[in-house]
Amino acid sequence: MSTDKKKLLEMYRTMVTIRQFETMAGEYFAAGQIPGFIHLSIGQEGSSTGVCSCLRPDDYVATTHRGHGHMIAKGADLKRMVAELFGKVTGYCKGKGGSMHIADFSIGILGANGVVAGGLPLIAGAGLSIKLRKTDQVAVVFFGDGASNRGPVHEAMNMAAIWKLPVLFVVENNQWASTTPQGYACALGDLCQRAAGYNMPGYSVDGNDVLAVRETTLKAVAAARQGEGPSMIENKTYRIRGHFEGDPQKYRDQAEVLTWQEKNDPIRRFEEHLVKSQILTKKKSKVIWDEVKAELDAALEFAQSSPYPKPEDALQDLFVNA
Amino acid sequence: MSDRIMSASAALAEALHEEMARDETIFILGEDLTAHAGIFGQFKGIPEKFPGRILDTPISEAAIAGCGVGSALTGMRPIVDFHFSDFVTCGMDEFCNQAAKIRYMFGGQVKLPMVVWCPDGAGLRAAAQHSQSLEAWFVHTPGLKVVVPSEPADVKGLMKASIRDDDPVMFFQHKRLFRREGHVPADPEFIIPLGRAAVKRPGKDVSLLTYGSGFFLCMDAALELAKEGIDAEVVDLRSLKPLDMETVAASVKKTFRAVIVHEACVTGGFGAELAARIQAELFDHLDAPVLRVGAKDVPIPFSPPMEDFVLPKPADVIAAVKTVCYR
Repeated sequence: MSTDKKKLLEMYRTMVTIRQFETMAGEYFAAGQIPGFIHLSIGQEGSSTGVCSCLRPDDYVATTHRGHGHMIAKGADLKRMVAELFGKVTGYCKGKGGSMHIADFSIGILGANGVVAGGLPLIAGAGLSIKLRKTDQVAVVFFGDGASNRGPVHEAMNMAAIWKLPVLFVVENNQWASTTPQGYACALGDLCQRAAGYNMPGYSVDGNDVLAVRETTLKAVAAARQGEGPSMIENKTYRIRGHFEGDPQKYRDQAEVLTWQEKNDPIRRFEEHLVKSQILTKKKSKVIWDEVKAELDAALEFAQSSPYPKPEDALQDLFVNA
Repeated sequence: MSDRIMSASAALAEALHEEMARDETIFILGEDLTAHAGIFGQFKGIPEKFPGRILDTPISEAAIAGCGVGSALTGMRPIVDFHFSDFVTCGMDEFCNQAAKIRYMFGGQVKLPMVVWCPDGAGLRAAAQHSQSLEAWFVHTPGLKVVVPSEPADVKGLMKASIRDDDPVMFFQHKRLFRREGHVPADPEFIIPLGRAAVKRPGKDVSLLTYGSGFFLCMDAALELAKEGIDAEVVDLRSLKPLDMETVAASVKKTFRAVIVHEACVTGGFGAELAARIQAELFDHLDAPVLRVGAKDVPIPFSPPMEDFVLPKPADVIAAVKTVCYR
């Protein structure tokens, strides 16, 4: 499946943006400027970018506590994202959500979710809504290998299957559910095997190969738009950072992390492919990294110079009809 | 237009018929809805009149609740039938962590117009897992509205208001009252706004503050009390969140005495919340402590003598009234 040069460069820029955004977030969190907890998806940019590269602005995405990448890949505004991480009134949620609860309903992002697997029942509802409204949108939910063991996953996948809802279940198998290795918590080798239980197509993909992710997603999205029902995609990847920033990670061998980082970085792999295909040069790549850096610096400046919400703003936004 | 006499079930069905005809984004989903028009016959005529807009689901409460939330976020107005209110535990994350919080934690970006219809209450010998009154759990969750109708007209008027509301509403309707009949206005625009209590029996000696099945206990008790020269005022709260504290205050300022009556068990029930507010806001108007009448603090037992013993009765209301009236 061929993807034009412009789209490929756009995807590369998206991956670079996610990487730099999260690197920045990690640094500012460590410096004490970002309150609370943050969960980074560094090393998983191939999954978020590959999947979202196949979506339209009116398609829906529900994401997770590790959701910055999905947000950026779906087109979220960096300024409002950074401001939300900093707890500022100019953030996406006016400071009420933070890293784990960012949403942009204007571009179909139904929200990050602090409850593991919380997005799956919701995405079945978005899929049902699409079917009832008779549009050709699709609804995508990202979840992790840890989430895949929760009960609502079964209920949502079964529901989507019996009603042939236009839903993509994208499990990002990053090998670690907090401190628990995937192989310990689930008897399956490939998580996509679960799809068979719902009579839906299931694909296991090298999640660090953004083009492989895109190719599989295009197939699943096309099927969903044509009314053929849901699919499951397992993007096999790896969580480079701890479960949360500051995680001492005593449960895993750092050599394992280094191997993935050095030998299987999705951005480096894609860059090498683009250079080999004469779509990108080292020089052009540097320009992209610099441009993204400038954009992020502007977002940071926006966030840092923005005011905090007034304390009593905490009492707003509960009900439409108060 | 004159009133008609109809059952609570018929009143509910009429509300749904009218609203679904008015707004095509409204749909109903839940378990076992189309075969018998709902397990209590509450959706009479809807499967025929609105095909494709009343959907049978698998037994998957988390996904049913989630389908309500996800569809409400994307342009629909779902009515989620939860079969028995006891099963809310299987959709608790979707109700309390998702529906209740989504608008707030995303900074007011979106509305979530969903009604969760929960048949609740005891008295049908249905035992511990099919008899509960769980409204207090949801009153304790910011972001949800909580409605508990008693008479058929309330069922209709409050259901229409709940459907038109842009926020998630937990709607508890007592199973034992489905067939109970009452006057219902014929006006298709008859709506009872959420947060408006009704003084259904004016009185001067004591305020009986109640909702749901407790309302009928209070009316029965008031009749008996009248024979003994105690004139009880019965206030049907109808919605617990929002709460019509103005009507409560006006009543207590008149009678100086309050007894709160609900079927839910007493400890940590809605009566505790209301009693706290009355003592904080109306202390100077009270001539006696606020008392609560509710079920005993055990799960609902099966065997009739035990179930009857556990549930509140008019005699309990009468005893509490006599205590606060020092009689």
